[in-house]
Amino acid sequence: MDSLSKLDQVKTTPWAGGREPWSVEYGKIMMWFFLLSDAFTFSSLLVYYGAQRFSKFTWPDPDLVFQSIPGFADHGYPLVFVGIMTFILIMSSVTMVLAVEAGHRRAKKEVIGWMIATIIGGFMFLGCQAIEWTHLHHEGFWWGANPASKVAGEGQSAINAALQPFFDGEVSFVSAQQFANLFFTITGFHGFHVFSGVVINIIILCMVINGTFERRGSYLMVEKVGLYWHFVDLVWVFVFTFFYLV
Amino acid sequence: MSQHHTHTADEHGHEEHASMTKGKIWQVFFILLAITVIEFIIALWAIPGGHMSQSVGNYVYIFLTLLKAFYIVAYFMHLKYEKLGLQLSLTVTFVFIIYFIVLMLIEGGYLHLHMPKV
Repeated sequence: MDSLSKLDQVKTTPWAGGREPWSVEYGKIMMWFFLLSDAFTFSSLLVYYGAQRFSKFTWPDPDLVFQSIPGFADHGYPLVFVGIMTFILIMSSVTMVLAVEAGHRRAKKEVIGWMIATIIGGFMFLGCQAIEWTHLHHEGFWWGANPASKVAGEGQSAINAALQPFFDGEVSFVSAQQFANLFFTITGFHGFHVFSGVVINIIILCMVINGTFERRGSYLMVEKVGLYWHFVDLVWVFVFTFFYLV
Repeated sequence: MSQHHTHTADEHGHEEHASMTKGKIWQVFFILLAITVIEFIIALWAIPGGHMSQSVGNYVYIFLTLLKAFYIVAYFMHLKYEKLGLQLSLTVTFVFIIYFIVLMLIEGGYLHLHMPKV
């Protein structure tokens, strides 16, 4: 009888049933699962990039490709512009956490202010990216095109001359092309995420202004969109390292 | 760090054990900023000036990137304050992703040695 009565005892461990072991709200778990699947997509792109780059004997030097500060100087300032972009994105991540923190205190006005700051940061980043893309496009890089595409029929020396400014040492047409394809695909996919993040932020901002979360009693939705926004920042950290630094 | 344990309002009956305070948020921001500045010093001064080789620099970059990722996920995405079960199910998956990336880099290195030069 003793062993049977033990079965009736209420268990209180997290995984004993009757409670949520993670004690995280459903929508937040789903956001985490989505971000995990999104991480798979981004990592598949980065895997292809890494494998390509390792398999080539030469690769465009980022210090030579990314040299301009649009509206200020055409070349001679390696990595400065992307540094500004990185700073903008980290900064908008901070304003997002501050919005979440204000949401915990249910300070509606502060949430609105920080959300607007985050949205402005997102637009600034997208603007910078558009300028960067335009600049590279003018230099001849695009999907299926690189600075030597136009002279490809004129022999190896013309190709070498067109590509030499972007390489430190040996030159490769295939590497320049793979660099262009992967750069526009990966930063484009990331920019698309930033854009959707801005759109979602604007929707949530409208809901905050309308008082939806005030009536609901919690600003949990701000936290969920915040998770997405930080993930976009996280991906940029990796893109920045593997495209601009390494 | 003493201001670390502010209790927040219950949300849907879930209790938040700890949360980010404003001070902590700015602290993490300055850490992220400092790491980025170090990366720039390496990229613009240490490697071009010959104080560090490119291959050593690459390992330092990857280490600093993972450090930044840790600060973003742990503090901004709040994972440090979640239950162990959720932390494990997410981080183990990320570890496998990184493992897969390393595998494919090795594969790329093999192709580099065995493919014709184009």
